[in-house]
Amino acid sequence: MSIDWNSFTPWAALSGGLLIGVATAMLVLLNGRIAGISGIVGGLLNPTKGETAWRAAFVIGLLLAPTAYLIFGAFPRPQIDSSWAALVVAGLLVGVGTRYGSGCTSGHGVSGLSRLSPRSLAATVTFMGAGFVAVFIVRHVLGA
Amino acid sequence: MYILTSLLAGLVFGLGLIVSGMSNPAVILGFLDITGRWNPSLGLVMVGGIAIGSIAFAAAKKRTTSLLGQAMKMPTARQIDRRLIGGSILFGIGWGIAGFCPGPVLVATGMGEVKALGFVVAMLVGMGIFELMERRVRLSRISTESK
Repeated sequence: MSIDWNSFTPWAALSGGLLIGVATAMLVLLNGRIAGISGIVGGLLNPTKGETAWRAAFVIGLLLAPTAYLIFGAFPRPQIDSSWAALVVAGLLVGVGTRYGSGCTSGHGVSGLSRLSPRSLAATVTFMGAGFVAVFIVRHVLGA
Repeated sequence: MYILTSLLAGLVFGLGLIVSGMSNPAVILGFLDITGRWNPSLGLVMVGGIAIGSIAFAAAKKRTTSLLGQAMKMPTARQIDRRLIGGSILFGIGWGIAGFCPGPVLVATGMGEVKALGFVVAMLVGMGIFELMERRVRLSRISTESK
């Protein structure tokens, strides 16, 4: 292992993380809900009374974030190197997996760990481990 | 009011993802590439998020309603079972293939990235498959119970 110092942005990462923490705090303290993105999006596909409008509003907030960012300047463009086939397979896996696993990086990784939930710790360790293995295979075994 | 605060929370969450670099799948893949040239950024994002989150959840624990008078809906499941681990493995594989998870890919879609939108559509199909499977399980339970 070597650290990629050119790409490592500790202060930006930490301050962005603090913003994510603030958003998580807002939703739990003001709305009494968990800021878990896969649960929020998945819940829209199986709507229950009184739980749809806030979910839709949260998703709209996420979608509008780049536009809001324009106040500070141009947003950094994402670098998406994956082929369309890889994106479709990955999207399907993320959709099915996060729903069976009851959460993703936000719900388990941030909120769950903040709540000291053993279940979320188990999920986070598992999806990170699977992610390490997947990247190892894609980059270093298949050489893509 | 609670819909507006939810919109604001989504907006701040999305800004956090942009500022931290997490809306870029190349940064995520850099974190997951521990045997290559490793980018630790995602770890610090989690540190920042958990630092504020743990204070918020400690304060939320004592409450029965939110500051806006909403019922507190906190997760109740505690068991670490095959669903949790199996689902997390599938999610982790998908995350490692493209470097996208649900939050960042929605933000990248908001940037007008067509490939991110394609991922979102596939993800929604995946979530829809889950809902259909759950419905089938519920229906088969009902039919066995009525026999």
